[in-house]
Amino acid sequence: MAVERFPVEETHILMFARAIGDENPVYTDPSSAAAGEFGGVIAPPTFTMCGMQFDPESTLRPKVGEPWFGSAKEPSGAEIESTGRLHAEQHFEYHRPLVAGEVLTTVERSGNTWEKESKRGGTLRFEEMFIDYLSATTGELMVTARLVSVLPPAPAQR
Amino acid sequence: MALSASNLNVGDTRTEVVLENLSRTRIVMYAGASGDYNPLHSDEVYVTQVAGYPSVFAHGMLSMGATGKILTDWVGDGRLTRYGVRFVAQVWPGDTLTATATVEAIRDVDGVPHADFSVSTVNQDGTPVVTGNATARLDP
Repeated sequence: MAVERFPVEETHILMFARAIGDENPVYTDPSSAAAGEFGGVIAPPTFTMCGMQFDPESTLRPKVGEPWFGSAKEPSGAEIESTGRLHAEQHFEYHRPLVAGEVLTTVERSGNTWEKESKRGGTLRFEEMFIDYLSATTGELMVTARLVSVLPPAPAQR
Repeated sequence: MALSASNLNVGDTRTEVVLENLSRTRIVMYAGASGDYNPLHSDEVYVTQVAGYPSVFAHGMLSMGATGKILTDWVGDGRLTRYGVRFVAQVWPGDTLTATATVEAIRDVDGVPHADFSVSTVNQDGTPVVTGNATARLDP
């Protein structure tokens, strides 16, 4: 779903940089010389994925008053909302670095769909989606993301 | 501190451990930061009893994010113009990921030197988990 307002914030970048194991001062220390060159900390290359936090329709976080498909008292609390799709590919084009303090907005469009025979039997169904991340104030295109997801032939049983 | 085209040659390569002995807690950190709280990545009860996997596993984007470090440590901050990967195998708690980047080409784009890299990240058994490529803008 398109995200109307995705604020790129210093603390969010810090948490993300820690999570991916890259505590480069340009991401984590606003007083560093590296961050100073950009006028603030910049976002790591894959940070735009965090736009999901600002998607009101995301089904991948628990919401007040709604059943959640993860475990609580029971192993699953609801019908599985997940489509069963897995992330197959992710591609980014960077038009300019994202600096903390900027606000983004996104535009989504669907791409191609295709099928491929799985080596383990069955058909893999691929689906492509594009997300443009634009400055909410100037409309400048900052990052273009292309996501390919795959629906495996059967629920993954290992 | 950006990389100069005169200091880079086709075939140059770098290797670095980007995630060591991946903990479930780090996967939870990634879920919390990214907003992808899919229980496949953090809920051992759900993932083993309902989804049928042997344990939780990392978000593909955690591996792609960690792999990005080998590129940005090399080319400098804010220099990537392109970065893309395929997720070729799952990453499990306890895995150690080692990323390798290699210069495949150096070329001019509108008079500005750029380098194309291939990138591959393997687990402790040498199995590729992420493969892809990237392009970075260089200083002359």
